[in-house]
Amino acid sequence: MLKKIGVFLTLIVFLCAGTALAAPKQGGTLVFGRGGDSVGLDPAYETDGNSFMICDNVFEALVFYQDESTALEPGLAKSWTISPDGKTYTFKLREGVKFHDGTPFNADAVVFSIGRMMKDRQVKFFGKGLDIPAQERVPEYWVSMEMDDTIGSIEATDEYTVVFNLKRVEAPFLANMGMDFADIISPTAFMKNPKEFLRNPVGTGPFKFEKWVKDDRIILVKNADYWDKSGGPYLAKVVFRSIPENSVRFLELKAGGIQICQFPNPADVDLARKDPNIKLIEQPGMNIGYLSFNHTKEPWKSNLHLRKAIAYALNRKAYVDNIYQGMGQVAKNPIPPTMWGYNTDIPGYPYDIEMAKKELAAAGYPEGKGLPEITLWSMPVPRPYNPDGLKIGVAMSADLAKVGISARIVSYEWGTYLKRQREQPDDMDLFQLGWTGDNGDPDNFLAVLFDGMASSSIRTQWQNKEYHQLMQDGKLTVDQAKRAEIYKTALKVFYDEVPAIVIAHSTVIWPARNPVMDFKLHPTGSVRMKNVWLK
Amino acid sequence: MLAYITRRIFIMIPTLLGMSVIVFFMLHLTPGDPAELLMGERASEEALQDIREHLGLNKPVYVQYGIFLKQLLQGDLGETIWTRQKVWIEVKQRFPATIELAVVALFISCVLGMILGIISATRQYSIFDYLSMLGALIGVSMPIFWLGLVFMLFFSLNLGWLPMSGRLSVGVELQTITNFYVLDSILTGNWEALRDALWHIIMPAFTLSTIPTAIIARMTRSSMLEVLRQDYIKTAKAKGLSQFKVVFKHALRNALIPVVTTIGLQFGVLLCGAILTETIFAWPGVGKWMYDAVMQRDYMVIRGGTLFLASIFIVINLCVDVLYAVINPRIKVQ
Repeated sequence: MLKKIGVFLTLIVFLCAGTALAAPKQGGTLVFGRGGDSVGLDPAYETDGNSFMICDNVFEALVFYQDESTALEPGLAKSWTISPDGKTYTFKLREGVKFHDGTPFNADAVVFSIGRMMKDRQVKFFGKGLDIPAQERVPEYWVSMEMDDTIGSIEATDEYTVVFNLKRVEAPFLANMGMDFADIISPTAFMKNPKEFLRNPVGTGPFKFEKWVKDDRIILVKNADYWDKSGGPYLAKVVFRSIPENSVRFLELKAGGIQICQFPNPADVDLARKDPNIKLIEQPGMNIGYLSFNHTKEPWKSNLHLRKAIAYALNRKAYVDNIYQGMGQVAKNPIPPTMWGYNTDIPGYPYDIEMAKKELAAAGYPEGKGLPEITLWSMPVPRPYNPDGLKIGVAMSADLAKVGISARIVSYEWGTYLKRQREQPDDMDLFQLGWTGDNGDPDNFLAVLFDGMASSSIRTQWQNKEYHQLMQDGKLTVDQAKRAEIYKTALKVFYDEVPAIVIAHSTVIWPARNPVMDFKLHPTGSVRMKNVWLK
Repeated sequence: MLAYITRRIFIMIPTLLGMSVIVFFMLHLTPGDPAELLMGERASEEALQDIREHLGLNKPVYVQYGIFLKQLLQGDLGETIWTRQKVWIEVKQRFPATIELAVVALFISCVLGMILGIISATRQYSIFDYLSMLGALIGVSMPIFWLGLVFMLFFSLNLGWLPMSGRLSVGVELQTITNFYVLDSILTGNWEALRDALWHIIMPAFTLSTIPTAIIARMTRSSMLEVLRQDYIKTAKAKGLSQFKVVFKHALRNALIPVVTTIGLQFGVLLCGAILTETIFAWPGVGKWMYDAVMQRDYMVIRGGTLFLASIFIVINLCVDVLYAVINPRIKVQ
């Protein structure tokens, strides 16, 4: 009897292990439903998520972000060294990697891919070299990441070694090299027809580009010669379908026409929860929605009490519950909690009308008396970090009224909003804005958004010497543990000085049909199909 | 006749030119900046300047217009801001989808609308008349958006009869020649694709056809009613002709003129007004493309697209005028 039970138990254990460790199945077509079509497929020149989504699967960069974080791991470069002064990066490249057109991946391809974005092309090839054609347009990411001020020259010292000489120490440099714009393309394919490369992309990634029907679908097929044999690609084909209307996209998922549905309506997420054929894939977004002040004018510039009063007056939990519809978390710091450098000691400003009134009185405006009507700029479009700027504006205005501050909502067409905001006009008091992180580096939030002393194009023109110094230190320190401490200090300064009120980090929830396995959302928003398979 | 048509075609030129001026300057009067929208939150002044310079947006408006006109004379509609593609290639890729949809929708509305209108007119004040005119009223006032979703829920999700969105199922291969899928599948003898393409077009076309159907039905009814009161109809009836002959041979042809005008105009409306239908059914046509261009301030697309649509509109009007003469020989071209 005991023997029988033993055999039975062993069988059960085996069965369980069998299902848990089910080997990924090869083949199949996955249809991914998304809200819009790609603009172009040349990673150096794109700026939108729908374009990067395809690039993520066709191209690869020297360094990779890990599966669900922005920690770095070797990519097309198998290793790298940094010189003691932090200005020279030497990358050793992977050998035996081939582009989809059959040409070999080597140091010259790296020099070509990155070098073509430089304004002043200080590049050296190892082989016979290539004449990089003039830029068709501005490589927007390259420019906005200030890469021309960072990279001095790029050199291929042998077939599989590339050296980057930097003009200045720039700690986030390595993380930048993992971003889409730094993807490596096939020089041969590019040179064949530079103007059409964005419609015929050729990289080293797990999937090859096959076909593009504008506004309808992009089809990728498996790259059978993919260099990394340890995992995928498993899928034979991935089809990215554009279905602009959120509800229709969700209905298509229910009907089985697509297997993954990007950006569903929050109301549909509840329906998805109840559907036994659908599972939800979640990832806290690497983003922040905030409300800031016009720091170029009084009273905002120097009245800290007033800034604090507003921070206490806003019921941010209510915004997350009702307007984000639960798909988000109230922010305490301007960087998301998943990012290194996050300061857990910051308590955040709770919703507290009494405190708000007290601060308002200390600011010199007891019960709001003496403070003229202020303007509250609210965003006209939904963004990943803020689903409905106008609704949030209305809620904020109501909250402010409770403490005696009367705020008028102002909104413009999105382009005008962005443009006028940067000009910090006199008729702007408070403004909503936000950010989605690029590379997982705190510098990409804290310096880019709030260090007004660094440049006049920083959206929040807050001028604080201590904060500015910390940002500079952060860039110049290469050791990550030390940098984390610097940013924690900076977050404390941020909390004390309230240059902006952080509202929320949104959570990304995408429903998928049950057979979709190992699909993970990445904090950067990139969509990777490499290890995905269908049960 | 030929001289008339030629003259009409020549008149197109100043019309289009005038339109291009209006569109061009109106675009530059509306707020918004494509460079700003391209870069979003991350724009730096330097990057914005670079982009504006590359796109030629920092030149004075009249210089930009001059460049546009020069390109136009060379038959070039320019290059789109966002997708960096020749505008006419983009038009070529999307226009067939819209025309295909509009033609099928128009076919449905002509057949349905005229049948409803004729029956209503011949049985004025009957239950059927009231019902069909009530239907027409509902058809005009029903939001396309809502109707489309209801159709989807009912015919796709619950019954599973029709595909929900798109032009072709995933997995169905079709070699495109003209980009008219129905035509292409016939040309290449691909019957599976033909069936699939037709299956896909039914629901969007039907949704799109509701408003024109209603309008055509009402137009046919009132026009028929007027004709049916004429003396020659009485004569025809007195001659002892059958009801069928009276209605279809004597009345209908005379009643058709205002209906044809309506149909012509409706076709234009279908072409330009398919935005909602195209958005709901993920139909990759011109409407959605133009709408996105307006939102993104893609000046090149808006200019090129409107010019193209305007030409189509003018051609349709011309066709309608010519059709008059065919239907009613009494109308002579002056």
